[in-house]
Parts: sequence; C-alpha cells; structure tokens
Amino acid sequence: MRENRILIVDDEKIVRESLTHWFEEEGYIIETAENGNEALKIFSRGKFDLALLDMKMPGMTGLELLRKIKEIDEDCIVILITAFASVPTAIQALKDGAYDYVTKPVDPDELNNIVHNALESRNLRKENVELKKQIDNFIIPENLVGESPQMKKIIDLIQTVAETDSTVMLRGESGTGKELVAKAIHQNSKRKYFPIITVNCGALSESLLESELFGHEKGAFTGAHFRRKGKFEIANGGTIFLDEIGSVSAKTQVELLRVIESKKFNRVGGNEMVESDFRIITATNEPLEKFIDDGKFRKDLYYRLNVITINIPPLRERIQDIPILANHFLKKYSELMNKGVNGISNKALDQLLNYEWPGNVRELENTIERAIVIGKSDFIEPDDLHLKESNFQITNGFALNGDSGNSLEDIEKKYIIKVLNTNNWNISKSAEILEIERVTLYNKINKYGLRKIK
Amino acid sequence: MNLNIVPLKFSNDPLLRKLIERLSLYFEDVKVFYTPVNIEPSYNQLRRQYHSTRILESIIKSNPEGDGLFLVLTDMDLFVPVLTHVFGEAQLNGKFSIVSVCRLYEEFYTAESNPKILLSRSFKEILHEIGHNFGLYHCRNWECVMHASNSVEDIDVKGNVYCSECSAILTSKNIPHPAVL
Repeated sequence: MRENRILIVDDEKIVRESLTHWFEEEGYIIETAENGNEALKIFSRGKFDLALLDMKMPGMTGLELLRKIKEIDEDCIVILITAFASVPTAIQALKDGAYDYVTKPVDPDELNNIVHNALESRNLRKENVELKKQIDNFIIPENLVGESPQMKKIIDLIQTVAETDSTVMLRGESGTGKELVAKAIHQNSKRKYFPIITVNCGALSESLLESELFGHEKGAFTGAHFRRKGKFEIANGGTIFLDEIGSVSAKTQVELLRVIESKKFNRVGGNEMVESDFRIITATNEPLEKFIDDGKFRKDLYYRLNVITINIPPLRERIQDIPILANHFLKKYSELMNKGVNGISNKALDQLLNYEWPGNVRELENTIERAIVIGKSDFIEPDDLHLKESNFQITNGFALNGDSGNSLEDIEKKYIIKVLNTNNWNISKSAEILEIERVTLYNKINKYGLRKIK
Repeated sequence: MNLNIVPLKFSNDPLLRKLIERLSLYFEDVKVFYTPVNIEPSYNQLRRQYHSTRILESIIKSNPEGDGLFLVLTDMDLFVPVLTHVFGEAQLNGKFSIVSVCRLYEEFYTAESNPKILLSRSFKEILHEIGHNFGLYHCRNWECVMHASNSVEDIDVKGNVYCSECSAILTSKNIPHPAVL
C-alpha cells in the first residue's frame, strides 16, 4: 500500500468525491478542499506529495494556487485539471512548475499513469534499494528442472542476462522450454514488477500482428468501437516475448526495427506517438542466418535482436535430466489429480531414457500426465507411456530394461552408453558431457566392456 | 457469506449463469436479487453514460433486505466525473459494488465475439470490486486480481486470483477466495 498524501482541490463536490474514491482504492491518503484558501490552510498543516488542482475555481484560480503551493513546498507535485484545453495556459502552468496538465474527462489510464509516474519518480531512490535487495534472491521457475551441465549453463546465463536490459534471443527446438527461460529472465530482472507479455508471431497474420503489437485507435476499422492497447504498450515497464520471430513478415520487420530503436510507435489508425519502456526477448527454431542469406529476414533486425543468444538443447542431448524431469512431472500431476502414483517402474524409466523425445520436455510432460490419468497401479509402467516405436534409439545391443538391474553401477553403465551413442562415440565430447576426464571414461568403457556397434 | 447479484439493465443471461456458477465456489449462496433502482438521476445526457457513484447511492438508499454483499451487474457504460469511464466501483469496506460489462465485450475492440474472454474479464472485475468490499486496496503485483486495470488489456494480463499478500488479508478475515499465486 502506498502512503503518499494527495490534496484534491475542486469547487465541485462531485469531482472531489469521485477523485477521492478513485485514489483511496489505490491506498493513497486523500484530503480535499473546495477552494484555494481552504487548500492553503490544509497545506499549512501538513506535507503533501501531490496536489490535483482544478484550473477554474471561484476566487483563487488553479494557476494562482499552483504558484502559492510552490512557494510553500517546491517539492510538491502539482497536476492541473481543466475542462477546456488551452495551449497558452498549459505552457504557463508548466512554466510555473506544474508537473502536468490534463483535460476533463480524462482517461483513467492516463490519470493513473501521470499520478503514478510522478510519485514513482519521487520515490525512486528508496525503491531502487529495495528492488536491488529483492532481485538478489534468484528464482528458478518450477518447471525449469535439470542437473545436466547444459541446464546448469542455461541457469547461469539466465542469472547473468537477467541483471542487464539486453535483448536476448532464445534458440531451441519446439518444446524445449523457451518460454520458461524467457519468464525466468523476466522474473529475475528489475522489470519483474511489470508484466511479461507473450506474442506468438507465427499464429497471427501480418495485419493482425500489427494491430496486436501496436494496438489500434477507436474507429481504426469496422468494429473498433474502443481504443485497444498493443502488446508493446501493455509491456511498458516489463518484457515483451516475441515467439517464432522468424515468421514475421518483411513489413512488420521494418516496424519492429523502428520500435526497438526508438521505443516509440503509433497505434494503427492513430497519429499520437506512444512511448513504452520494454525489454525484448525473442525465440526461434528457424535457421535465421539462412533466412538472412535468402533475403527473408533483415540482417539489421537480426543483430538488434541477437545481442545475447541462449541455446536450449533438445532433451535427447541431456538425457540425465529425464529421470529428474519425469519425477518432477509425476509429483506435479499426481498431486493435481489426487492420484496415489508413487513412482516410475524400472522398465518404464528405461523406455523414457531410450526414447528420442522429438517433442522434448513438453512431450515428456504430456506423456507423464497421460500415464497418470490412464495408469492403474502405484507405479507408471511401460504400457502407460504409449511411446511411438519409431522414436526409440538403437540401444547398442544392451538390453536396457528392468531386467538389466538397477544398482548404481547398472544405471551408470546405462547412462554412459546413452551419452556415447548420442555423441557417436566421440570420447572427448562424451567425457565433457559426463563431466569426467577422458581417461576416466576409457576406464569405465573397459570396466563395463562397452563397445561401439557398427 | 452470501452474494446477491442485482442485474440492472443487464441482458446477457448465459453470462449471468456462468458467473453464478463460478462465484458459487467461494460464496455460501449466490442469488439473483431484483430490487427497484432509479437510474434516471445517474444518466448524463451529454456523455451518454451512467454515473456509477449515483447508482450505488440509489441502491444503498433502497436498503435491500438480505445478508451478504450486493453486486450490481449492468450493461450500462459507467463513468465518474473527471474520468472517461470506469469498469466498476465499490464501497471500500462496505457491502455494495457495481460492475459494468459494457466495455468488456471483445466485439467492441476487434469486431469478433468471444464469450470466453467476456466471462474471464467479468469474473476478474467482480473479484476486484468485491475485494474492495473486503477492504483490499489496489495491489502492485501485476498478476493479482486487485491490480488496477483501466483498460481491457490490463484486465487480460492480470490473473483471476488474489496474490499471496491480498490473500493473507482475506484469510485473516475468514473470507473464502480464489488464491494460488
């Protein structure tokens, strides 16, 4: 709750009441006066952070009162409200120290923004210290699970980039969790008190995307009875996440480039320049570099968007995360559906480890959810998984099923085979993934009698 | 606690039924309550809108019988002086509130009807105004239903539950409410 004090001065009781009610809901402390003299008396009794003054009042005008208030307290923010906009008066008001000048009736969004911005900038120094303290607590989203070196690297990158305001491009196959990474960056940034807005660029036609991103004015097209804010405007203060950026048309690419550079844009059908302070995170699974060569994607936009890249590996390249992820989803859905599923059988786990996961983490999550729905026993069994035969990896002659044992050595052996197979028996790469020395890997290959099947 | 929904110039029966269904999860009894309210003094010819504070005053004056909260649900476009429009208004720590669905219809923005979005927006605005009845102020958490929304886009962005801080206040008052944040 805010503790800022606001003084409302207007000769009309109805206006005083409306504004009092409006700002009380925000948690401000409100006092009112019906004329300039009464306002000055109230002002002499205590300090106010902001004063809203009606321009035209009997006796002392809003402009005269503004000057007197500024004499008493130069720091007090003064906003003038008038029924008739007049450029010379507005200029005079600003010259005399008014923060802003609004015309009745004012859009609630506009009034709130003016008052909030004025008070926020005043409180900024204090709040910055508080924000900094809170950002220090790094939050990893619930579903961003994994112990693999690749995943640890991504978490480190999230932490590093979250502190900056740089544009980030997330690359990875469908279902790898690009949106989760975008949310993690946002949640750990100073922008977390404002929304993260997701736009799936691939799902919208060129004209729809333009209206979606930049908004439109009342009457911009048939049926547009009211003004609509675009995603860039809603993301003010926060982050905009543009998914499937590779599908954006050439025309929208030009618009995007302009908005990223100026942080200003027009709503469709409008002349008013809208300013918004946002951070951009994009995601793609497309070969953008090839698109540039083919002339389908602008090089200058690519460089603007690709300041920092985070590559999210497919699940088949971080198979050690499969049991962790599977158990995470098991717990989640078992609790959600109130089903007493306690674990995954060895045979079922073997199947999960041997599957290619073309749909990545999303497919694994769906598989576990479905298994919990249809499963009849306390443990998930292979029959509950319904995995496509064609997507199983060749297992190098080892029977990776429940019969092959479940000791720590058995699991280590199975895992080493998987990593070797995934990396085509490249010893250096496999050792790096396993985070062991090459010589240690050779020793383990000998110990378990492993060999590459031609 | 009971919730009395007072339809006033409100014509969307399917929406009303859906709202009752969802609100019934949190209130002991949700019923439709008809009471005569004189809306003429609240109409502003120039703006072609209704002054929400005046409507609330009328219904408070009529002193309706019954326990619990009274929520006026209307199709009328609402305003308070100085502002172009409001989606609703409530008595802080009181039992009366009003929500207008007039500007919540998606067709007024994109010409395409979307009953799902309308339900979602209406439900959030009702929770928001009722939150004021329970003494909640506007919340800084952008996902909380008590976050101030001055446009439908703001309503769409925020969640349909109370955040942990607002929720704690409601829990301390023994008020059942949707809260998962």
